[in-house]
Amino acid sequence: MSINVYVPADSSAISLGADRIAAAITLEAQSRGIEINLIRNGSRGLYWLEPLVEVVTDAGRIAYGPVQVSDVSALFEADFLHGGDHQLALGSIEELDFFKKQQRLTFARIGTTDPISLDDYLANDGYRGLGNALKQSQADIVKAVTDSGLRGRGGAAFPTGIKWNTVLNTPSEQKYIICNADEGDSGTFSDRMVMEGDPFVLIEGMTIAGIAVGANQGYIYLRVEYPHAHIALNAAIEKAYAAGYLGDDIQGTGKAFHLEVRLGAGAYVCGEETSLMESLEGKRGLVRFKPPLPAISGLFGQPTVVNNVISLASVPIILDKGGDYYRDFGMGRSRGTLPLQLAGNIKHPGLFEFAFGLTLRELLYDFGGGSATGRPIKAVQVGGPLGAYLPESQFDTPLDYEAFAANWTVLGHGGVVVFDDTADMAALARYNMEFCAIESCGKCTPCRIGSTRGIEVMDEIINGLEISKNIPLLRDLCNTLLNGSLCALGGMTPYPVLSALNHFPEDFGVTDTTDAA
Amino acid sequence: MTESNSIQETVQGVIATLKDKPGALLPILHGIQDAIGYIPADSVPAIAQGLHLSRAEVHGVISFYHYFRETPPGKQTIHICRAESCQAMGGKHLEQYAKDQLGIDYHETTTDGQFSLEPVYCLGNCACSPAMQIGSDIYGRVSTQSFDAIINEKKEQA
Repeated sequence: MSINVYVPADSSAISLGADRIAAAITLEAQSRGIEINLIRNGSRGLYWLEPLVEVVTDAGRIAYGPVQVSDVSALFEADFLHGGDHQLALGSIEELDFFKKQQRLTFARIGTTDPISLDDYLANDGYRGLGNALKQSQADIVKAVTDSGLRGRGGAAFPTGIKWNTVLNTPSEQKYIICNADEGDSGTFSDRMVMEGDPFVLIEGMTIAGIAVGANQGYIYLRVEYPHAHIALNAAIEKAYAAGYLGDDIQGTGKAFHLEVRLGAGAYVCGEETSLMESLEGKRGLVRFKPPLPAISGLFGQPTVVNNVISLASVPIILDKGGDYYRDFGMGRSRGTLPLQLAGNIKHPGLFEFAFGLTLRELLYDFGGGSATGRPIKAVQVGGPLGAYLPESQFDTPLDYEAFAANWTVLGHGGVVVFDDTADMAALARYNMEFCAIESCGKCTPCRIGSTRGIEVMDEIINGLEISKNIPLLRDLCNTLLNGSLCALGGMTPYPVLSALNHFPEDFGVTDTTDAA
Repeated sequence: MTESNSIQETVQGVIATLKDKPGALLPILHGIQDAIGYIPADSVPAIAQGLHLSRAEVHGVISFYHYFRETPPGKQTIHICRAESCQAMGGKHLEQYAKDQLGIDYHETTTDGQFSLEPVYCLGNCACSPAMQIGSDIYGRVSTQSFDAIINEKKEQA
């Protein structure tokens, strides 16, 4: 019988050479006359060990990594196909503390299966949630999601069940489910990992959402920067249609749900839900005023659920195991788990799914292992380009929506970007203003003009010009952006800028006497 | 058939295939850029006519999105990530090195028409920063040495 060998097709693993490793292993096996079955799985998320090769042996699944093409021949010599010893041998991934200590609910399958095999999905608890949902009333499905305490994982943390309930109770012939897969925050890649590593879980989550609220059409708005996710999603959607998990008669119930992937075109602001809908309608991605809420008047003016990838991908396990099961993880009003993405200057970058409540310090040092450069960690930006920088004094904050909000910081989509002590926080603050200027949709003045004025003020500060005048000006400008912008792009750019200034005034040339504000 | 005729034929084909989709404009623009490499100015009237929009509306959409381009790109487009995670791992140094080696700035194409250089704000490869993308090939932990090796490999492929 041929031996199963797993080499990830995750795009980050590919970026480190996984395709070449897969080709080299296939070639080497052929030349040695050994029959193997090479499976391209998702990533386990331990990226410092990628490219990670796993072999199914009598003693379980044994991992080797990080593997380079030049290691392949030696791995065969060491008989890795039977779990042979080699300096890259890691044993079972599931026994490593990095993995074992996580609570993988949404990511339960990722890295263990062939992402576009429906059989693999079904053999590993796939479509059990939909099976239960098809036996329940719409109100009961929504109630399970409400009871789970799931809140929007895109960043705004709005209770998913309440959003669904509004759409359910808004009468209309046509309703829509939109998956916001425009994952544009730097330091985030959990959506990408789901779409590449377990696309059926997203399809199942969207199908459940459609049945729950009475929507028969779904769109996945995917950023164009994710070509591998695009391929995986389309392949999985095709299989779901063929097997009757999508279409006009889902599993013989007479219920319909159709799904299509639409590509964005490099506009960060289209991750904002109203801008996203404008884009889906074929327009410039200008932010809309709210109200009306998308749940009442959304895509093409119809009631629309807009949820992030992780929110929707968390729905199947909630319908499978019940709202209570999911709610029992977490702390306070942050229920369930959050897939944290550890990136930037960190020794062990990757995806770590935990129940809410772990502290940032535990994540950074116990799991992250400190900075990649070995230098002290100076600051950590949590929540993407609109998230605040946290200094060391805030590292004991638990990863919880409310605890973060109390610090004037945000958890956002769970991205954590680490900077060592060589980081120049004034340069980063300038970049945050520049990013806002580049990505502003232009609809509201504070964001459109304020961001450009922000770059100019930061340039003066960086050049040491009139610091005592320019710092209050920067604060005043940030205040205008905070209070006067239409959406989070302008409204939250002050989070990174002001947190950099408040925690690292010395980088802005501020002495005790210059920043009386 | 002239080159211009063949472009128009491609454009018309894309429009005919996609124009009945709800919100068809972005899929059409992607279809044209996938086929031709950019969205030629003289395709705008045809798109406008196909979708019952004004030319100004179509132009407005093309110019709104960073990804759509109105001029032909080089044979290969290099996207270098400028975002925070890559900055934390020396991304700025890589950006400057790439510009120096290619002799161009962002939004420009090398004189031999080989490479275009574009910034990108996150490739979702933040666990392997700094990152870049050439076509649909993605690269992580890019150093100046590996940048040179990748570029040489791409030149040989061309």
